[in-house]
Amino acid sequence: MRYLPHTQEDITAMLQVTGNKSLEDLFSGIPESCRMTNDWQLPEPKTEWELNDHMQAIAQTMKVDQNFKVLIGAGSYHHHIPETVKALMSRSEFLTAYTPYQPEMAQGTLQGIFEYQTLTARLLGMDVVNASMYDGASALAEALLMGLRIGKKKTKVAVSAAIHPHYRATAAAYLCPTEFELIELPYLEDGRTDLSGLSDLEDVAAVALQSPNFFGVIEDLTGAGQVIHDQQALFITCFSEPLAYGLLKKPGDCGADIVCGEGQSFGLSRSFGGPGLGMFGCKQPFTRNLPGRLVGETTDLDGKRGYVLTLATREQHIRREKATSNICSNQGICAMTAGMYMASLGGTGLRELSRLNYDKTQYLKNALVARGARLFFEAPTFNEFVVEFPQDFQPAHQRLLEQNIVAGLELGGLYPKLKGRYLFGITETTSRQDMDKVADEVQS
Amino acid sequence: MKNRVGTSGLILDEPLLWEKGKKGRKGMSIPHSDVPSSPLDEELIGAPVDFPDLSEVDVVRHYTRLSQWNFGVDSGMYPLGSCTMKYNPKINEKQAATPQFAAAHPMLDDQYSQGVLQIMYELQNHLADITGLDAVSLQPAAGAHGELTGMLIFNAYHQGHHSKRTKILIPDTAHGTNPASAALCGYRSIPVKSNENGMLDASDVSELMDEETAGIMITNPNTLGLFEGQVRQIAEIVHAKGGLVYGDGANMNAVLGVADMKKCGVDVLHLNLHKTFSTPHGGGGPGAGPVCVTKELEPFLPVPRAYKDGDLYRLELDRKESIGRVHGFHGNFGVLVRAYSYILSMGAEGLLRASQLAVLNANYIREQLKDVFHLPYPQPCMHECVFSDQLQKDYKVTTLDMAKRLIDYGFHPPTIYFPLIVHGAIMIEPTETECKEDIDQFIATMKEIAREAREEPDKVRNAPQLSKVRRLDEVHAARCPCLIGTCTPPEQ
Repeated sequence: MRYLPHTQEDITAMLQVTGNKSLEDLFSGIPESCRMTNDWQLPEPKTEWELNDHMQAIAQTMKVDQNFKVLIGAGSYHHHIPETVKALMSRSEFLTAYTPYQPEMAQGTLQGIFEYQTLTARLLGMDVVNASMYDGASALAEALLMGLRIGKKKTKVAVSAAIHPHYRATAAAYLCPTEFELIELPYLEDGRTDLSGLSDLEDVAAVALQSPNFFGVIEDLTGAGQVIHDQQALFITCFSEPLAYGLLKKPGDCGADIVCGEGQSFGLSRSFGGPGLGMFGCKQPFTRNLPGRLVGETTDLDGKRGYVLTLATREQHIRREKATSNICSNQGICAMTAGMYMASLGGTGLRELSRLNYDKTQYLKNALVARGARLFFEAPTFNEFVVEFPQDFQPAHQRLLEQNIVAGLELGGLYPKLKGRYLFGITETTSRQDMDKVADEVQS
Repeated sequence: MKNRVGTSGLILDEPLLWEKGKKGRKGMSIPHSDVPSSPLDEELIGAPVDFPDLSEVDVVRHYTRLSQWNFGVDSGMYPLGSCTMKYNPKINEKQAATPQFAAAHPMLDDQYSQGVLQIMYELQNHLADITGLDAVSLQPAAGAHGELTGMLIFNAYHQGHHSKRTKILIPDTAHGTNPASAALCGYRSIPVKSNENGMLDASDVSELMDEETAGIMITNPNTLGLFEGQVRQIAEIVHAKGGLVYGDGANMNAVLGVADMKKCGVDVLHLNLHKTFSTPHGGGGPGAGPVCVTKELEPFLPVPRAYKDGDLYRLELDRKESIGRVHGFHGNFGVLVRAYSYILSMGAEGLLRASQLAVLNANYIREQLKDVFHLPYPQPCMHECVFSDQLQKDYKVTTLDMAKRLIDYGFHPPTIYFPLIVHGAIMIEPTETECKEDIDQFIATMKEIAREAREEPDKVRNAPQLSKVRRLDEVHAARCPCLIGTCTPPEQ
């Protein structure tokens, strides 16, 4: 095996030093009753050639492959990834390092994450952003727990029903063993969250909204923030499409106290939903309640600028059961990648790309409406929207599949009330031609 | 010392991103618009985001220079205890980047995503085989996430048995994530002291275990690199009181093909694919922390999971007793592909060999350094060995000093000051992918550092000297946190 460097001669010499008769002898401390005796159903070891063939054969069974136009976002977006980002994030000095416990040997990771924290904070309008969480869903769960920590004796948190259903499910799983109550706020006819029930609730530590929400609808964050703060609750916003903030108001400017979400759009492939990137930030007063790692700036013995992991007294390896979270490994290289992507876009490019995503989406919306479809929600949207067709869209969906287009996600599985309606997701990678093909199918 | 690896070289400095660039530059290609521009309510539009504008070359040089300040497994030996920094095969990167997998959308019907589901299904089966357990969820994104999933399963199981449990037993050698994960499920940690041999005594567990205790979390081999020989008896005690046994599989690299976790009495076990199964750790992540359970606990595993229905691979979306979801989609799928490739490349024989050589390397180091450094638990170890700085104390040289001195010699330091029960711990895990010559070089270096501690202690105390920065002021970093780049740049 090429990864194992030991020759028989090495093994013999080393066993002599350790005083063992054989390699098996090294395990004499393991009781017989604990031993593995089952035969594994593993195939014979594959050479590099055989592995390539095997994986290619599996890849060929993907009916929807990279040649398809998948007009679905729903938390996983197809954006163009520059070659530079792929090449730079693949540098093995970044990729094959561990968490930067020895800062003198990890200044590359540390400065890169510090830059990621800074750019993300600027994007979201937050004072502090951590070094990453696992994904948008677990980030929301952690944000709600953080809200409850800050809310001290309060026992409830409320989340909008227009938050990604998987994020809500994850939050529910995290909160299940606790005494805390998770309340769902309905959405209004225009697709925004209905906050009117909030005033009847007591003891609410935090309220979470997603914007753009699962339906692509841009929430009135400023208005919501006022209502939520009037209830003495913390305002959490989440997102699955960070590109939106290249065009829309930053959640921090709308009064959000904690912002969390999924950063996959920034340079990461869809990869069947992972690895993604949990982005997580807050306003300054809550810094010491943050979950996860933080990189901070400092100086070395010579006064030279450098970076270290800091405020570790919040974390599990120091605080153990009193830690703000149990998270240890995060999504390090994904955060680096997002930093590279944001650096490549720049402020000018970010606005241009966001605008392009918005314009393309509006084009498909208008084209579908012109063919007799109806926008299910009236509120403005970013790069996703829900549409209702004059007749059953399933046959058209099928015909479009044959033209290598996946035309939206039918919502009945996630929202039974929305059965038959479709959620479309459009990015800069969707061409006008493909959108016209979809619109033409509605007409026919 | 001859042939020293660590030498000084030209290090290029590089400012922060926003200290370079010029408004109007762009570092990536954005397609021309083929649609008309649409109006958007001015009320919704935000102020421009203050990102620096950089050219493609600016970005490439920036990150290339940063990368040169980093040290990875590809740079050299990285004996970071409990982290299993083995070589990360390049071929696995290629498999994860296969265009069909990279483009796979997680919300499509099963029939369109057969390939990725096949990989999940087969990996679930391989991991069940390898651990001896019956069923697997690939959803947890890291080890601690697996622990949390395990604790959620404990909670669901006990609730199903209408049994209110408030405590959990955790050995004093455990990783900090164990008590933190248990606390998320409302369990109070009850520490179990290890005995004079660094191991758990069944009698201690017996005294602490009661019907208000959900179970025990055991890392095996433990963080001293020792196999918990009484694990079966302990499991019997815990089971007799209605409790469950959690296995922290962080150290599975020691016992592949040797120990059967089910036979050890483990009910739930997480694996760290970024340790044992060679996926790169990315300077912090992503990892993957699949959870393996017994048949009895299978109903509680997170959904969805892959299964086979005739010739079709499918996702089981809903199961009544499931704890639900712990991740937005299917976990860190790209990491799963790498681990799957690794397992297929190694085969059963290769995995067993990996563990044997990992244990051989650790014992070889332990044997060669035991006269130079204090070895608090002198018995043979598994995949890692733990020394302390007790012998160097007389010269006022600490574990931290020696770790920093290793940097000057071109090695990544071991894990230090952990496990907590060893004062000044130096925890060395070489892994199986280090060859004898490199290990000999490491041993010679450690001996040289011990000599320096005796004869030239200042050299050690002032290390590192050859790295880009010298020791950093961590106290200042924590007292006056500067977490995003708004501080005034240092004077030019």
